[in-house]
Amino acid sequence: MVGLEHYLTVAAALFVIGIFGIFVNRKNVIVILMSIELMLLAVNINFVAFSSFLNDLAGQVFTLFVLTVAAAEAAIGLAILVCFFRNRGTIAVEDVNVMKG
Amino acid sequence: MGFADFAFYLFAITVVTAGLFVVVSRNPVHSVLWLILAFLSSAGLFVLLGAEFVAMLMIIVYVGAVAVLFLFVVMMLDVDFAELRGELAKFVPLALLIGVILLMQLALIFGVWQGAENASALRDAVTPDLNETHNTAALGQLIYTKYIYLFQASGLILLVAMIGAIVLTLRHREDIKRQDILSQIYRDPAEQMELKNVKPGQGL
Repeated sequence: MVGLEHYLTVAAALFVIGIFGIFVNRKNVIVILMSIELMLLAVNINFVAFSSFLNDLAGQVFTLFVLTVAAAEAAIGLAILVCFFRNRGTIAVEDVNVMKG
Repeated sequence: MGFADFAFYLFAITVVTAGLFVVVSRNPVHSVLWLILAFLSSAGLFVLLGAEFVAMLMIIVYVGAVAVLFLFVVMMLDVDFAELRGELAKFVPLALLIGVILLMQLALIFGVWQGAENASALRDAVTPDLNETHNTAALGQLIYTKYIYLFQASGLILLVAMIGAIVLTLRHREDIKRQDILSQIYRDPAEQMELKNVKPGQGL
């Protein structure tokens, strides 16, 4: 019988894969954005799993908001990426030090 | 093992494998395709959990919009991805270390994890019986009543994101010819044309 723990395990594995991806693809900002999407997906799986096993619909409502924010973040992130590529001709994020922050 | 269990293990293994291939794939186009597979199988997990509306939303929003956006950007930008992948091996040990530590921490929590006693009393919106209301209808009921302000705020977030993306990527190129409609309308035939009487054998 598949219980809550099974879903939480899947979500945890997916979250760690997302973090792993951010550290592995330090230069390629497109894959970093995809890794962030994976982490948000893991959070969504957690939300829906708890919502289903506790019989509380609020978790699914919150999933919708996470989905909204993820879509907005992807759109803005890719727009910034296109802008950056036009100015610099590369998407390597390691040498983003124009502002010397 | 029933069909539901089999489906769970199938979707779970698919989602984790696809996630892994998203981050280790050499070609970003393949990464996006693996991402689509991960989203699709997670939608399957959501269906198994009884959250049909979120599952369908997952397919529509993520596969239909976000993944296609990624695909567009990956294919449109002329990036030398081989060069970006060049030093991949340099970061793998650090990434593996961080991943293993995080996984171990999550496993530590997993051993002692338990739900609070009053968890069911603290529920914000108890799911109605499936015989009375379906998932989509119940969710709609909730979104448009109790969470209406949050719902409107999320719409505002999307609006801001849309305007922001347009403002960031729109550029006025000086080196191409454009149609100037206003100057076309205001052209006066009397100023633009001149009649000359050319005498024979003389020219202008």
